[in-house]
Amino acid sequence: MADLDERAVARPAEDPFGEYGVYSRVRDGLRAYRMIAAMWIRSTMAYRASFAMTTFGNFAATSFDFVAILLMFSQVDELGGYALPEIALLYGTSAVAFGLADLLIGSMDRLGHRVRDGTLDTLLVRPVPVLAQVAADKFALRRLGRVTQGLFVLGYALATLDVAWTPVKVLMIPLMVASGGLIFCAVFVGGAAFQFVAQDASEVQNAFTYGGVTLLQYPPSVFAKDLLRGVTFLLPLAFVNWLPGLYVLGRPYPLDLPTWVAFAPPLVAVACCALAGVAWRAGLRTYRSTGS
Amino acid sequence: MNDRFIELDRIEKVFDVRKKTGFLRRERREVRAVDSISFTVARGEMVGYIGPNGAGKSTTIKMLTGILTPSGGRLRVAGIDPSRERTRLARRIGVVFGQRTTLWWDLPLIDSYRLMHRMYRIPDARYRENLGRCVELLELGALLDVPVRQLSLGQRMRGDIAAALLHDPEVLYLDEPTIGLDVISKAKVREFLKDLNTEQGTTVLLTTHDLQDIEQLCRRVMVIDHGRLMYDGPLTGLHEVGESERTLVVDLERELPPIEAAPARVVRVEGPRQWLAFPASESAAPLVARIASAYPLVDLSVREPDIEAVIAQMYAQQAVSNAVS
Ligand SMILES: Nc1ncnc2c1ncn2[C@@H]1O[C@H](COP(=O)(O)OP(=O)(O)OP(=O)(O)O)[C@@H](O)[C@H]1O
Ligand SMILES: [Mg+2]
Repeated sequence: MADLDERAVARPAEDPFGEYGVYSRVRDGLRAYRMIAAMWIRSTMAYRASFAMTTFGNFAATSFDFVAILLMFSQVDELGGYALPEIALLYGTSAVAFGLADLLIGSMDRLGHRVRDGTLDTLLVRPVPVLAQVAADKFALRRLGRVTQGLFVLGYALATLDVAWTPVKVLMIPLMVASGGLIFCAVFVGGAAFQFVAQDASEVQNAFTYGGVTLLQYPPSVFAKDLLRGVTFLLPLAFVNWLPGLYVLGRPYPLDLPTWVAFAPPLVAVACCALAGVAWRAGLRTYRSTGS
Repeated sequence: MNDRFIELDRIEKVFDVRKKTGFLRRERREVRAVDSISFTVARGEMVGYIGPNGAGKSTTIKMLTGILTPSGGRLRVAGIDPSRERTRLARRIGVVFGQRTTLWWDLPLIDSYRLMHRMYRIPDARYRENLGRCVELLELGALLDVPVRQLSLGQRMRGDIAAALLHDPEVLYLDEPTIGLDVISKAKVREFLKDLNTEQGTTVLLTTHDLQDIEQLCRRVMVIDHGRLMYDGPLTGLHEVGESERTLVVDLERELPPIEAAPARVVRVEGPRQWLAFPASESAAPLVARIASAYPLVDLSVREPDIEAVIAQMYAQQAVSNAVS
C-alpha cells in the first residue's frame, strides 16, 4: 500500500534513462513488438500448408516486377545506360530493404481504419507503446516472400556484376539494405501518422511506399531531374539504393552531388526515423476516439 | 489520500465537430460532451454512472483512462494525470468497453490472456491464480481455445472482463458491460463484479442503461445529462430529487366521478377503479383517511415509484429545462 502511494506521488522521470524515459520506452516497445509478433507467428504456423502457399504467392507476385525487366532486356541491351546486372543490383537492394520494412511494419497502413472506427482506444489502455502494438499487429511472415525474391535478384547481381570490389564497396551492400529498410520504415510510420489526420490516406501512403520501391528499381537516369530532386531532398528515397548503389557501380548520380553522399544513408535513415517518431507522436495527440 | 482515489475537478471535454455543408464548405460546431464535472471516488467504492444517450458517460471514462485529454479542469487517478502518463497508469487500471473488445479478434481467447500476462508483466503465480478464478467464475473453460471472433456477445463480454482483471487492477471501468446480455449472463456478470468489489476491494465505476445493474451493485449512483452532473448520492435518494410520485390505487363500490383529494390527482379511471398520483414526499395515511371518509371504499393499495420511472422523469425534465434555457 505504502509502495503504491509513493509511486503515485513520484513525478515521471524527466531523465531519458529513467523508468519512463525515451530509452526505456524504446526498449519496452521492442519487447512488446517481439511478444505480439511472436504470437502472430505462432498462430500462422498452426496452418503450415497455408503459410507455405501464401508465402510462395507473395514470392511469385513480387517477382513479376523483375520478370518485366527481364522481358525488356530480351529486346534491348541496356536501360537508361545500365546493363542488366547493374539494374539487378539496384532492384535487389531496394527490394530487400523494402521487403524487410514491409515485413516488420507493413500492416501499419491499416491504421486509418482503427482511427476512424475508434478501435485504437483499446490499444491506448495497454501499458506498452501504441506504435509497437500497431506495427506488430497481424505480423505476416508470408511477406518473407518479397524479401526472398529480392535476395535472389541481389545474389544474381553480385554474381554477374563486373565491378572491382573493394572492402568499402562490399560493406556498402549490407549497409544499403539496413539503412534502406530503416528509411522505408520511417516512411511507413510517417504515413501512418498522417492517417490520424486523414483517415483515408492509406492510398497516399501506398503511393509513397509501393510506388517508391517501384521507382527505385529503375536507374535514376530514366527519370526527370525534378523527380530526382524530390526523392533526394524531400522524401530521401534516393539514399536507399541509388546514391550508394551508383557509388558501388562507379557511376555518377544525375544530380551534381559530392561523392560523400554515398555514405550518408545511415545518417539519413536515423534522421528519417527521428522525424517519423515526432510525426507519430503529433498524430497520436490528435486522436479523439469516436462517440460510443 | 485514499478517499480521493479518483478525482475530477471541473473537467470539461469539448469536441470540435466539422460538418461538410457544401463543396469545400465546412461548418464548425462545438460539442460540450462533458461540461464542468467534479466528483471524487474513494478506493473500494462501486459507483454507477448513468445518463441518457449522448450524456457524456463514455467520454468521461475515456478521459479517466487517458484515451482522451480533457479540454479543461484537473483530473487525477491514483495521483496520476491519465492523459500525460497513460502508459504508467495502464498497469493499474482495467477497462471493459461493452461496445468493442480489447481481445485479439483473430486469435483464440487463451492467446490474448497469454499476451496480457507478458505485456503487463504479471508474476506467473498471480497470473495462474487470477486466470483460474476468472475462468471458474465466468465459466470460460470451454471457450479458451475458441477464436474471439467466433464467441457470442455474452461470451466475449465475459472474456473481456477476465482480460481486464488478470493484472489485479486497482480500479475497473466498465462501459455498458451488460449490453446485449441475456438474463442469466447478466446475473453472472453482476455476481462476479460484486465479489470482485467486496473480496478484492477493487474500485469499480460502471455505466449502464440497465438500472437493475445499479440497483443490485451500486450504493452510489451519479446521473449525468448533457455533460453535467445532475445527481450524486445513494440510489434511494433519487426519489426525492426526482420529484417522483407515488400512486394510490383505489377500488370503489361503484363507478363514481373522479375523486377529489388534493394534493392527489386522478390520473386514470377504469370502472370503479381509480388511480391517484401524489408527491412521494407526502404521507399516504391522511390522504387514505380522507378518501375513506368521503367515498365507499372496497380496497386500496399504494405503489412506490419505480426507479426506472424516476430516472425517465429526471431525463425528461432535464430535456425540458434545457429547451427553455
Ligand atoms: N470522438 C468524438 N467526436 C465528436 N463528438 C463526440 C465524440 N465522442 C463523443 N462525442 C459527442 O459527445 C457527446 C457525449 O458522447 P458519449 O459517447 O460520451 O455519450 P454516452 O453518455 O456514452 O452515451 P451512450 O449512452 O449513448 O453511450 C455526444 O453528443 C457525442 O456526439
Ligand atoms: Mg457510451
